Amino acid sequence: MQPLSTRTLFHVGPVPITSVVVTTWAIMAVIVVAAWLGTRRTKVAAGRWQAVLEFVVETIGNQIREVVLREPRPYVPLVGTLFLFIAISNLSAMVPGVSPPTAHLETDAALAGIVFLSVHVFGIATHGVRKYLAGFARPSFLLLPLNLLGEITRTFSLMVRLFGNIMSHEIVIGVVLTLAGLLIPIPLMALAIVIGIVQAYIFTILATVFIGAAVETTEKQRAT
Amino acid sequence: MTIQELSIAGATIAVSFGAIGPALAEGRALASAMEAIARQPESANTLSRTLFVGLAMIETMAIYCLVIALLLIYANPYAG
Repeated sequence: MQPLSTRTLFHVGPVPITSVVVTTWAIMAVIVVAAWLGTRRTKVAAGRWQAVLEFVVETIGNQIREVVLREPRPYVPLVGTLFLFIAISNLSAMVPGVSPPTAHLETDAALAGIVFLSVHVFGIATHGVRKYLAGFARPSFLLLPLNLLGEITRTFSLMVRLFGNIMSHEIVIGVVLTLAGLLIPIPLMALAIVIGIVQAYIFTILATVFIGAAVETTEKQRAT
Repeated sequence: MTIQELSIAGATIAVSFGAIGPALAEGRALASAMEAIARQPESANTLSRTLFVGLAMIETMAIYCLVIALLLIYANPYAG
């Protein structure tokens, strides 16, 4: 087991395509097809699948509203996609032979990078460039370096938290499998389902908290 | 001792000591959250969300140690 390296499947031109990327494409395809099936003929009296999707979107919207304390509509696409993608990738560990993309550092780095950039985009869109950047020097100008450092470290910990949890659980299951054989790891795999969902929830809620801290009126202290 | 043996020892020490602090902290946080929920069941929603976020923050320390251990074992710059 090599948690920090990936297996190259084939090349497209000079670009190596790893198994992680292929799994990511498959998960993206699953999400897109599921959403397309539900919204292909939207009706006021929703069909079964459309009702499920509406419920999911509404629940995510309500969760966001409780955190950012304002109309959640601008944040639902990003935050909802993050949650669904991470949850499905974590659960894809249950499919035999599939290694979840979130158990590799590159995917998590990309996700954390998306969160890092979108926090600033939302903050600037709400407050304007000058006012948003001035927010970093609050409550005192002396804290500017600490605030900037906090931006970096929280993105880093967002990435490492997801990676560490999912990857370490994969390794634990692998070790138990080599030690104990066929049926013993099944309770651990059930635990992996819980951990996968909880980590997706934590990643999303932290992203929402960061966005909420960026768009709130800057008198309050910024979340670290 | 070779670099490999030292790395394995270092990884073990990092994970074992790095797990103690967060474990104690998470236990305390969980206990206080339980107490608060028992006193005010109607605020369970807000409490559990804050608890999750806080636990994630605490847990980060343990995961940093895990990453150091993994770096020592799998991506050690000094081991040939």
